[in-house]
Amino acid sequence: MAWTDICAFEDLVENSGICALLNGQQVAVFLLELQGEPQIYAIGNYDPIGGANVLSRGMVGSIGEQIVVASPLYKQHFDLTSGQCLEQPEVVIPVYGVKLQQGRVWLNAAKQDQQASAA
Amino acid sequence: MQQTKQILVIGNGMVGHHFVDQLRAKDPFAQITVLCGEAQLAYDRVHLSGYFSGTSAEQLALTTEEAYQAANIQYRLNCWVEQINREQQVVVTSQGGQFYYDELVLATGSYAFVPPIPGNDQPHCLVYRTLQDLDAIAQSAAVSKIGVVIGGGLLGLEAANALKQLGLQTHVVEFAPQLMAVQLDQGGGQMLSQKISELGVLVHTGKATQAIVAGTECRYQLQFADGESLETDLVLFSAGIRPYDQLARSCGLAVGDRGGIVVNDQCQTSDPHIYAIGECALWQQKIFGLVAPGYQMARVVVSQLTGGERKFSGADMSTKLKLLGVEVGSIGDAHARTPGALSYVFTDPRAQVYKKMVVSKDGKRLLGAVLVGDTSNYDSLLQYALNDMLLPKQPEQLILPAASGAPLAALTLPNSATICSCHNVAKGDIVAAMDSGCCDLASIKSCTKASTGCGGCTALLKSVVDDELKSRGVEVKNHLCEHFAYSRQELLHLVQVGGIKTFSELLSRHGQGLGCDICKPTVGSILASSWNDYVLKKPHVGLQDTNDTFLANMQKDGSYSVVPRIAGGEITAEKLLVIGQVALDFNLYTKITGGQRIDLFGARLEQLPAIWQRLVDAGFETGHAYGKSLRTVKSCVGSTWCRYGVQDSVGQAIAIENRYKGLRAPHKIKMAVSGCTRECAEAQSKDIGIIATENGWNLYVCGNGGMRPRHADLFATDLDTETLIRYIDRILMLYIRTADRLQRTSVWMEKLDGGLDYLRKVIIDDELGLAAELENQMAALVNTYACEWKATLDDPQALKRFRQFVNSPDADENIVFVEERAQIRPATAEEKRQWLQQIPVTEISVTALVEEN
Repeated sequence: MAWTDICAFEDLVENSGICALLNGQQVAVFLLELQGEPQIYAIGNYDPIGGANVLSRGMVGSIGEQIVVASPLYKQHFDLTSGQCLEQPEVVIPVYGVKLQQGRVWLNAAKQDQQASAA
Repeated sequence: MQQTKQILVIGNGMVGHHFVDQLRAKDPFAQITVLCGEAQLAYDRVHLSGYFSGTSAEQLALTTEEAYQAANIQYRLNCWVEQINREQQVVVTSQGGQFYYDELVLATGSYAFVPPIPGNDQPHCLVYRTLQDLDAIAQSAAVSKIGVVIGGGLLGLEAANALKQLGLQTHVVEFAPQLMAVQLDQGGGQMLSQKISELGVLVHTGKATQAIVAGTECRYQLQFADGESLETDLVLFSAGIRPYDQLARSCGLAVGDRGGIVVNDQCQTSDPHIYAIGECALWQQKIFGLVAPGYQMARVVVSQLTGGERKFSGADMSTKLKLLGVEVGSIGDAHARTPGALSYVFTDPRAQVYKKMVVSKDGKRLLGAVLVGDTSNYDSLLQYALNDMLLPKQPEQLILPAASGAPLAALTLPNSATICSCHNVAKGDIVAAMDSGCCDLASIKSCTKASTGCGGCTALLKSVVDDELKSRGVEVKNHLCEHFAYSRQELLHLVQVGGIKTFSELLSRHGQGLGCDICKPTVGSILASSWNDYVLKKPHVGLQDTNDTFLANMQKDGSYSVVPRIAGGEITAEKLLVIGQVALDFNLYTKITGGQRIDLFGARLEQLPAIWQRLVDAGFETGHAYGKSLRTVKSCVGSTWCRYGVQDSVGQAIAIENRYKGLRAPHKIKMAVSGCTRECAEAQSKDIGIIATENGWNLYVCGNGGMRPRHADLFATDLDTETLIRYIDRILMLYIRTADRLQRTSVWMEKLDGGLDYLRKVIIDDELGLAAELENQMAALVNTYACEWKATLDDPQALKRFRQFVNSPDADENIVFVEERAQIRPATAEEKRQWLQQIPVTEISVTALVEEN
C-alpha cells in the first residue's frame, strides 16, 4: 500500500501524541525518545472500549518491556507496536506503518515489519 | 546442661491445657505429665451449649491425644488425685499410681455449686459443667417437657440456652432481683429479661427456692419462699462455681475462707514448688471465673518455670457474648461504683437495646459499660477502657446509634492495645506476626492464638488485620509504580532537594523505563507544586492527563466541558450573559455545578481556544475543574444579605478561592465558607470548611463528600482572618508535601500517625518547626499564579495542539449530538449509526488489520 505524507516532524509532540487523518481513518501518532533516539509509533485513534476517538490524547509510557499508551477515558493500556490491549487482550486495534523521510512523517495503512526510526 | 525438671499438672481444663501448650512452646525439653480427671483431654467449655446445636465433642476439643503424644506430653485420663505428699514431692492417684514432681501445677478448676435445697439430689436434678453433664442433661431432657435453671447468671443463661435447644419449655429462676447481677446494672438486667422472655424463656427473678418436692403435673415442684411454686421435669443448677481445692486443703496449703487456693503474684501457693492457676486459685481474695485471666495465670507460671519474671496483676473481667441469641456486653465498672463516676444511658425500647457508659468524673476516661441487645460498640469501648484512651469531647456519641457506623479505627490503636484478652495478644503481636509473613486471618490466628479463646475479639482482629494489610498495601504500592521505587512524598523530597525541574531529569536520576500514566501526572503535580511552571511548557506537556493537557474535562464521547472560575459562586449579570452567549454561539450544553459555577459541555477539541478567548476577554479565568487542584470555595450570602449571617462569607470565600486557585495537590481540593452556624454552604463536607462565628471563623478540616463521605473535624475556633489563612496555608502545604497520590485530605488525616491531634500540634503548636517553611512555600505558589488558559492563548506552539487532525481541518465525525430538553446531548451508538448511515470506524479498522495480516 502507498505511503502518505502526513506532517512535519516538528508537528509531533515529544512524549505525547497527535492525530492524523489517513484515507478517512483517524490515526494516533506518538513521538517517544528511546535510549536517546526519537521513535515514532502509529495506531488507530479509536478506543473501542470507550467508543471514542481519543487515543492520541492518552499518556505514553512503558509497562515492563512494552511501550504503551493509556486511554484517557478508562485508562486501558494499548501496546504501540502490536495494538493489543494489555487489560483485555482480545481487543486489538490497528497499527500503522510510519517512516520519517526528509523531516516529514509518512504513514502507511499496512503495518511495516519495523517501526520507522527517526534517525 | 541442667537436669530437666519433672513438671506435673493436675487438671486439663482450658487453663491446664493452655499452660501445657505454652510451656511446651517455651521449653521443648521440659518433662510434662498431665493428670486429667475427665475421659477426654481439654475442650472448649465456653462454647459448651453448642453441643446441643450440632457442635460435636471433637469440634469442642482443644487438642487431641495424638497432639499430646507428638509434643511428648505424658498424660493420664480418668485420673483422680487422692493426695499430695509435699515432703516427698509425689502425688498419689485413686488408682494407686504415684507421680514424682519437681514443680506441681494445680489446674483443678471448679465445680458447679449446688445450693443446699432439700430435694436437690434427685435423679433429674443436674448441673451444667462438663461434657458428661451435658450427656446426662440430654438423657433427662429426652423424658422431660419442662426444665428449670436455678441461677440467672452468665452460666445459668448458657444452661437455659441448652435446655431450649433440647426442646424443653425453659424457665430461669434467679434469687437476685435481676439477671446477670455481676455483669449488668439494673437497666441492662431488665432489658435482658424482657428480651429473653420474648424468646420464650420464662424469667423469674427475686425467687428463693426452698424445696424441690414431687410435682403434680410434672416430675417436680419448686417451692419458693414467697409461697409460689413452679412445676418442672428437670432442674439444672447453675448457681455459681466453687473452686476444687480439697487436694490443697488436705495437704495443708493455704486456702481462702470461702475456698480457693491462695496464690501470690507468681501464682505460687504457700508451697513454692506448687502453683495454682485458673478457677481453683485465689488471688488477692478474688477468684476469676473467666478463661482469659486463667490463661494469664498459666503464662505467669510458664514464665516462672522458664526463667522469666512475668507476674499476675489481676485481670480485666469485661465480657461480650451472645446469650440465647441476645448480645450482651459488660466492661469494667459496669455498676458505676468508682467514686464520682458518671453514667450515660441510651435505651431504645423498640429495638430493645440498652447501652450504658460509665465515665470518670472529668468525662475523659471510660470506666465501664453495659450493652444489651447490641454489642457493636463493645470493641471500641473496650479499647477506650483498657488503653485508658482519651474519650472524644462528646463521649455519648460512642453509644448513640449514629455513631455505631464509625467504630474506633483499628489503625488508631496503639501497638500496646490488647486485642485478644484471652490469649493476651496485643496489636503489636499481630503486626509482628504480619511482619514475619502471616498475611491472612487464619495464619495470624494460628500464629498468635488471637481470637481462639472466647472469640469475642473476632471482629476487632479482622479490622486490625484488614487495616494493617491495607496500610501495607499502600506501603507496597508506596513505590509509586514500576518506574519509581519511591513514594509520592519521597519523590517530592527528591525534586525539591535536588532542584529537579523536569520529568526526564527525575527519571534518569531516580527512575527507570519510560514512565506511565501513574507516575507522569504525579510528577507533573509535584513539579507544579514545587516550581509552579506553566503546565503546558514543553517538558511538562507529556506529563499531564488529557484533561490537564487540554485544560478541559474530557467527556465520554471525546468532547470536552469547560468551566470558568466563578470565585465564591458570585457572578455579575454581564458575565452571566457572556457565558450564555458563548454557550449559544458554540452550541454548548449548560449545567450548574455543585460548586456554584457553570459547566459548558460539548466543546470539540478544536473549539476550546476560541471559546476561551471569548471567556478570557470577558475577564474569566480557568476554573481548574480538570486538575488535581483547588476546585471551588462554595459560599452562602452571609451577613451582607442574610438575616442570620454573622460574617461576610462571600467575601471570605472569594479571597480564599483567589488565594489558592491553581494550587496543584495530590487530589482535588474543595472548600466552603458559611456565614453562620446554619451552614448553608455545607462547609463540613469539604477539605477545608469555614463557618463564621460572632467572633471570627471556625475552621473545619479534612471533610469529604462523594463515595466515602466524612464530616470535617473542627480544627480551631474563633480565628481572625489572618490566623485562619495562615492555618490553611500550613495544612494545605503539609498535605501536598506528605500525602500519597490521589489521597484526599480525609484519608490523609486518618492515616497520619496521631490524626487530628497530631495535625493540630504541627499546624497550631508548630511542634515540628515547619510552619514558617510551609507558609513561605505557599506564598511562593500564590505569587506565581498565572491563568493557564491565558498563557495558552498567548502561546502559538501550545495552541497547535488544539486541533483534531494534524493534516486536516475536519472535525471528529464520531462526535454527534442530538437534542434533548432544548439542549444538546451526545448521541447514543444506535443514534449515531442511524445518523451517519455508515459502519462504525472500529469495525473497518479490525477488518483491515485482519486482511493485511
